[in-house]
Amino acid sequence: MVLGSVFAVLFYLAAIILVIGVASRGARYAQTPAPLVIPTTPAPLTRTGVAARMAREVVFFESLFKGSKWTWLFGWLFHFGMVVALARHLRYFTEPVWWWVAMIQWIGIYAGMAMFVGLTGLWARRLLVDRVRYISALSDHLMLLLLLAIAGSGLVMKYVQHTDIVSLKAFTVGLVTLDWQPLPADGPLLIHLSLVIVLMLIFPFSKLLHAPGVFFSPTRNMRDIPREHRHIAPWARDLPGAGPDRS
Amino acid sequence: MLKIEFETPPLGELLTTPALQRDAMAHSRPFVAKPEHQQGLGFPGKLVDDWQDVALAKMDELLGKYRSLPVFLDACVKCGACTDKCHYYLGTGDPKNMPVARQDLLRKVYRRYFTLAGKWFPRLVGAVELSEDLINDWYSYYHQCSECRRCSVYCPFGIDTAEITMAGREILASIGMGQKYSNEIIGKVHIIGNNLGLPEPALANTLEGLEEEVEEDISVPVKFPLDQHGAEVLLVTPSADFFAEPHVDGLIGYAKVFHQAGISWTLSSYASEAANFGIFIGNYENMQKVAQRIRQAAIDLGVKRIVVGECGHAWRVAYSFWNTLIGPFDFLDPAYPVPQHICEFTYDLLQRGALKLDAKANDDKVVTFHDSCNVSRGSRLGSVPGGQFTIPRELIRFACSHFVDMAPDTIHEHTFCCGGGGGLLTDDLIELRVKGALPRAQALQQVIEQHGVTHMAAICAICKSQFSKVLPYYGMEMDMIISVHQLIGDALVFDSEH
Ligand code: HEM
Ligand code: SF4
Ligand code: SF4
Repeated sequence: MVLGSVFAVLFYLAAIILVIGVASRGARYAQTPAPLVIPTTPAPLTRTGVAARMAREVVFFESLFKGSKWTWLFGWLFHFGMVVALARHLRYFTEPVWWWVAMIQWIGIYAGMAMFVGLTGLWARRLLVDRVRYISALSDHLMLLLLLAIAGSGLVMKYVQHTDIVSLKAFTVGLVTLDWQPLPADGPLLIHLSLVIVLMLIFPFSKLLHAPGVFFSPTRNMRDIPREHRHIAPWARDLPGAGPDRS
Repeated sequence: MLKIEFETPPLGELLTTPALQRDAMAHSRPFVAKPEHQQGLGFPGKLVDDWQDVALAKMDELLGKYRSLPVFLDACVKCGACTDKCHYYLGTGDPKNMPVARQDLLRKVYRRYFTLAGKWFPRLVGAVELSEDLINDWYSYYHQCSECRRCSVYCPFGIDTAEITMAGREILASIGMGQKYSNEIIGKVHIIGNNLGLPEPALANTLEGLEEEVEEDISVPVKFPLDQHGAEVLLVTPSADFFAEPHVDGLIGYAKVFHQAGISWTLSSYASEAANFGIFIGNYENMQKVAQRIRQAAIDLGVKRIVVGECGHAWRVAYSFWNTLIGPFDFLDPAYPVPQHICEFTYDLLQRGALKLDAKANDDKVVTFHDSCNVSRGSRLGSVPGGQFTIPRELIRFACSHFVDMAPDTIHEHTFCCGGGGGLLTDDLIELRVKGALPRAQALQQVIEQHGVTHMAAICAICKSQFSKVLPYYGMEMDMIISVHQLIGDALVFDSEH
């Protein structure tokens, strides 16, 4: 029970830091104006067009596809493996398990593999391509190591050393319902959960901010209508050069 | 004369990625601005004593004024997609010319002073203090970026290194380390009205000379009006168009189009410059002040429309920024876009059948088109996205029968900068300019060999100056580069009915 309580507290703490950290970063982005119209053109003219451009970036990594096919392949395998794996994890938090979560259980395992392969490919690129090695800090390698370890420890539980899923589920549902339950003391599980907590903690302070950041990127979220629509930042309105009564 | 020894890179295969050559271009840095160049722009004359504090305070200020900065500095995942996209990296192999590495010069300071991770674990995330060495790196490598935005096309988060370069340069200027070339030029515009410091009498003289020359040449009284009150159109064009080759033939082309269309127009001696180097140094106030002269001239001359001549960054500022900086333009005729590009203007006339071109006049040429970076990735022509690619090509096709495009990954949004944009078109950076032109030279060489291309047309004054200077280093003729409106002007059929 002690173990369960410790992890429960850590999870709540990490969740609070993650949510507040990302929200405050997002608020900072939202409050900072983009004073000039700088979409990378050709760019859409309408809000719908911008939404479509953003969706293509987030779902298909459109620009990355233009930039580097290998990175795109590995990056996409990793991220969408991760999305599916995360969705699959919902079965630990829902009772009864939502129908669509039950439906995707079978691909969940391929998703874990895709994540693993993607991350391995990304790391290989980071180590082997001289240009990418040059731009990598220690934290860039450790980030991949962390995610690989999370995916790896997950796969170990699936294939090598099964965990007591029933008591694990009691624990996770307990987290959600604020009714704390004991946590099975299995090595791979404890490693898996600890690393996830680490990931949640570093998220708002690291390059993982690319996830909220992409939505605020002015080169991707602005419309190309500067001649038709006068765009002006609050701080620029007050400049002496802005001239008299021009709003 | 300044003598710089360097080797022109061999042309080689199109777009081969070089291996890293550390510090290969560390020696490349432009002349620092003199006190008089700095002070006229509102910057300190020389390096201030507490430059570290001033630089960090400036960075803090910019982080709050430009959303691009915090987002771009936080979001980069070091994926490497941009590393082989910059013409300066491709031409020099210097790793600090990889866009992400160029950003990192600023990002590592940002992390050190403005992020928790960098304050607590600097070694882990590559955060460093702002040292003298680093400031020197900034000066060197923020003047090896032409702000062409090519890297931003391929970045999954749209990170535009040009924004970082502009911030870097603005910080440098604000501690007293501005760049001589750009700042001296901006000072001339503030005082005289154009980059060359050409006063009204000299300009009037030049234009008179052009009138005589054209009349002698084609026996048509084509005018080059200056300060004509009540003209319909104010034309603002880069001042290089007044005298430099091949630019001036483009100006003659515009004048012929106005003449034949029967639309009255004028240049202004107060605003005799379309270029706006304020964008290059990343300084909003200076950019606004330069643009302000054009608004004033349009009001004073009582024109109905503003048309902008062939110039890349000038068009980006005019198209994307004017309305913000000096709008609204409620005193102009709302029937026309403000501003209008000379290519849009001519294209519109051709569409309406108001001009006739005879492509035979250019039958001796096989033409290709160099998309200028600022037009391609920072603005638009016409009413649909991508018009910046189709309209100039259609104009060329109207004016000549033999047109071919260069390799697909070197045109349209993938186009390469000429190597001289972004305030780098200065002799003290000639090595950088030659090396940065390598990708374009490779693509051009390919169409010369495969299709017998004789000319490359462009719609940018900087591209034209840069190519006529650097193409000879690659064994090509300097006069290969021409204005789109030279082709138009040469093919234009005059009828006397007007
Ligand atoms: C809106 C959501 C997201 C989008 C659009 C997105 C997009 C991308 C893209 C395009 C890349 C570059 C390609 C690559 O290296 O994979 C990338 C890298 C990365 N992403 Fe995401 N991502 C998102 C969310 C996340 C989340 C939630 C995580 C982690 C928990 C994450 C972790 C990473 C990591 C670690 C890298 C660097 C991989 C490397 O070192 O090469 N991403 N992301
Ligand atoms: S903006 Fe252009 S010159 Fe600058 S780093 Fe990017 S590709 Fe290179
Ligand atoms: S492409 Fe974008 S995210 Fe990737 S390394 Fe370059 S700047 Fe960073």
